[in-house]
Amino acid sequence: MSEIKKIKNLKEFSTSADRFEGANLLCPGCAHSIIVREVLNATNDDLVLAASTGCLEVCTAVYPYTSWDASWIHIGFENSSTAVAGAEAMYNALKRKGRLPQPDRTPKFVAFAGDGASYDIGFQWISGCFERGHDMMYVVLDNEVYANTGGQRSSSTPVGSSTTTAPAGRVSYGEKKEKKDMMSIMAAHHAPYVAQVAPNKWKDMVKKIQRGFNTVGPVFINAVSPCTTEWKFDPADTMMLTDLSTDSLVFPLYEIIDNKELNITYRPKNVVPVIDYLGAQGRFKHLFKPENKHILDGWQKRVDDNWDYLQRREEARV
Amino acid sequence: MADKMDLLDVEVWDGNMAASQAMRQAQIDVVAAYPITPSTPVVENYAGFLANGYIDGEFVMVESEHAAMSGCIGAAAAGGRVATATSSQGFDLMVETLYQASGMRLPIILNVVNRALAAPLNVNGDHSDMYLGRDSGWIQFNAYNAQDAYDLNLIAFRVAEDHKVRLPAMIHQDGFMTSHTAEGVLTLSDDDAYNFIGDYKPMNAMLDFEKPATYGVQTEEDWHFEHKARQHNDLMTKVNPVIQEVFDAFEKETGRKFDFVTNHNLDDADVAIVAMGTTVDTAMLVADQLREEGKKVGVLGLRVIRPFPFEKLAAALSNVKAVCCMDRSAPGGTVGMLYNEICGAMYNSANHPVITGYVYGLGGRDMTVEYLKGIFADGEANAAAGKPTTPLQQFIGVRGPKLNFL
Ligand SMILES: Cc1ncc(C[n+]2csc(CCOP(=O)(O)OP(=O)(O)O)c2C)c(N)n1
Ligand code: SF4
Ligand SMILES: [Mg+2]
Repeated sequence: MSEIKKIKNLKEFSTSADRFEGANLLCPGCAHSIIVREVLNATNDDLVLAASTGCLEVCTAVYPYTSWDASWIHIGFENSSTAVAGAEAMYNALKRKGRLPQPDRTPKFVAFAGDGASYDIGFQWISGCFERGHDMMYVVLDNEVYANTGGQRSSSTPVGSSTTTAPAGRVSYGEKKEKKDMMSIMAAHHAPYVAQVAPNKWKDMVKKIQRGFNTVGPVFINAVSPCTTEWKFDPADTMMLTDLSTDSLVFPLYEIIDNKELNITYRPKNVVPVIDYLGAQGRFKHLFKPENKHILDGWQKRVDDNWDYLQRREEARV
Repeated sequence: MADKMDLLDVEVWDGNMAASQAMRQAQIDVVAAYPITPSTPVVENYAGFLANGYIDGEFVMVESEHAAMSGCIGAAAAGGRVATATSSQGFDLMVETLYQASGMRLPIILNVVNRALAAPLNVNGDHSDMYLGRDSGWIQFNAYNAQDAYDLNLIAFRVAEDHKVRLPAMIHQDGFMTSHTAEGVLTLSDDDAYNFIGDYKPMNAMLDFEKPATYGVQTEEDWHFEHKARQHNDLMTKVNPVIQEVFDAFEKETGRKFDFVTNHNLDDADVAIVAMGTTVDTAMLVADQLREEGKKVGVLGLRVIRPFPFEKLAAALSNVKAVCCMDRSAPGGTVGMLYNEICGAMYNSANHPVITGYVYGLGGRDMTVEYLKGIFADGEANAAAGKPTTPLQQFIGVRGPKLNFL
C-alpha cells in the first residue's frame, strides 16, 4: 500500500498538485472543480480517472485541450464506473503477466459522475461494479440536477426544487418526489466504505478520501456540489452555500463502513434552519409563497428526522 | 502462466467453440462479457478455460452487454488485448458503446453470433444485429462456418491491433447454423496461433503514467467532422492493405486462403448470387450442382463487410449479367443493405448487370437448396432478358401470398 499523503494546511493542500488544471470551462464558482481538486490532491499516487458525460466532462476535455494531467477517459453518460472497472481489470491482468509499464506504481482508479449519471442512468453500472468488488472509488458530484443539459430533474432533485422538467408553476410547487437515498443503497451493496462529503469541510473530506484510497474494494463518495447556475445563487457564494448545506444538516456528513458502522463526522455547533439554506437559492424561491408553507415545514421535519435517524444508528453502532 | 492446451490437428468444434478457442489462444488480457443466446457458449467456454487454468487474463462477468463493451473500452484504453462476444439484443444494447470504441480507436475484438431482433422475440439466426452495427466504424469479418470463425478471430486480432489500423473488429457468424453446428476444424497449436497474432503492442496506454492520455474528448462543429472523416479515411485507405498482409501471412502459415470477397466460379458466370454467412456455403453447393447441368452460375461471398470491398466486388462481378443479392434482415421500408451496396459498387463500373434483391431467412427460417435454385433461375431469366424479369425485391420462404416490391 502506498504512503498516505500528509497535508498541513489549506494553502499547501490547494496548491499541492495540479493534475486537474484551473484552465477549464466550468462556470465561475462551480463546486465540481473544487471537489475534483480535493480528491486528486489527497494522494500522490498515479491516477486512472473516468468521467461520465456531464458538466465536468464537457468542460475539461474539449479537443484539442485537456485539463487532465493524469490518465482520463470519458465513454458515455452512464458508464464511467465500468470504464475505470475495465481499466482496473487491465491493471490486474498486466500486473499478473508482468507487463505493467511501471510495475512499482500503485495507481488509484477513480470515476467522477453527476447525480444524473449516478442516481439515474448509470445506476445499474455502479451496482454491477460494486457487486463485483472492483478496487475503485466512485465520486458523485451531487448538484441535484442535470446541470449540463440545462437543469432537468434527476432522482436526486429534492422536494420543491424548480427544474425545467418539473417546474414550479401556477398549480405546482416543483419537484414532488423525495431525493433518492443513494448512501443507503450503496451501503447495502456491503461496500467497504461509503461517505458523504462537502468541499467546505476539506479536512473531513480529505480524511475520507484518503481512507477510501486505502480501502481495498469499491468506495462510494457522495459530494454535495452547489451549482451556481441551476441553484441560482451568486458565483461568489459557493462556499457560503456549501456551509449552509452542511450546517442546516440538509447534507449531513457521515460515513458507513461495511454497511455495519455509521459515523457522523461533522456536528455543526450552530445548526441553521433549513429555510436559511432554501432561501439562499433561486430554485426554491416559490416555496416562500404563503400557499407553500407546508412544503417548508415538511422540509425541516424531513431533515430533523434524518438527523435523528443517523444519530440513532451511530449510537447503536449499526 | 496459463497452461497450454494440446489440440488435435482437426478438432470437432461448433462455431462458438472455434471462436472461444481462438480467444484463448490469443491470451487476451481482459474479457468483459455477458451471456445471450446463441453466443452464450463463447462466454461459458471461456469461463471454463479460466476455471481450468488455461487463461491468465482477467474475466469480468458484468451485468449487461452495455457494461461488457464499456468495460472492454476502459480495459483497452488502459493498454492491453481485449475481446468479448454477443448477439442480437445484447448487440442492440451495446450499440452506443460500439461507436465510442471505434471513435477512440481501440482495437477490441467482438464475436457477433448473429441473431434476429425483437419484437417478436426470436433466438434464431438472421443478420439484423449485423446490419444494425454496419455504420459503427468497426472492421467486420464474415464467417461462413466454424473453421472461418476460428481463422478470422486469429486474423482479426492481428489486423485490429496493427498500429496502422487501431480499430475494433467484429467477426460475424450465423446463430445456431454456425455457432451450434459441430464441424471438423483445422487448428493451430497454442504457440503457433499466439505467434501468428503476436504480442500486444500498447499505444497511448492509460496505465503508462509517464505519458498520461485523455480519452473520449468533446468535439463540436469545430473538430468532430475531422475526427470522423479521418477515421473513415483510415477505414477506406489503411485497413485493406493490412488485411491483405494478414490474409497472406495466414495463407503462408496454414495454407488457407482468404480474400475480401469469395469468388466462386464467377469468372465465366452469367449469374451470381451474393450472400453472407452460411448461405454462402449452401449457394456454392447449389451453384456446383447447376454447373453440372451446364448452367453458368457462381457465388460471391462477402468476407469483409467493412470496409466494404467496392473494387474487389466490382472486379469479381465484372463479367456477370445478373446479380441476386441475398439480404437476411428485414429492410424496414427500403432495399436490403447488400442490394443497396452492390448497386452502389456496380453503378460506376463498366459492367451493368441486372441486380435484384431477396429478403430471406428472418428469425432462422431455412434457406434451402430449392429456394436457391429458384433464385438462380430468376437470375438466368434476368441475364437472358438483359433486364429484370421479376420485382426488384422478393421475400423468399415467407408464408401467405408472395411478397414482392418495387
Ligand atoms: C445516454 C444519454 N442520455 C442522455 C444524455 C444527455 N445528457 C448529457 S449530460 C446530462 C445530464 C448530466 O447531469 P448530471 O449527471 O447530474 O451531471 P451535471 O451536469 O449535473 O454535473 C444529460 C441528460 C447523454 N449524454 N447520454
Ligand atoms: S452549470 Fe452548475 S455544475 Fe455545471 S459548470 Fe455551471 S456551476 Fe458547475
Ligand atoms: Mg447534476
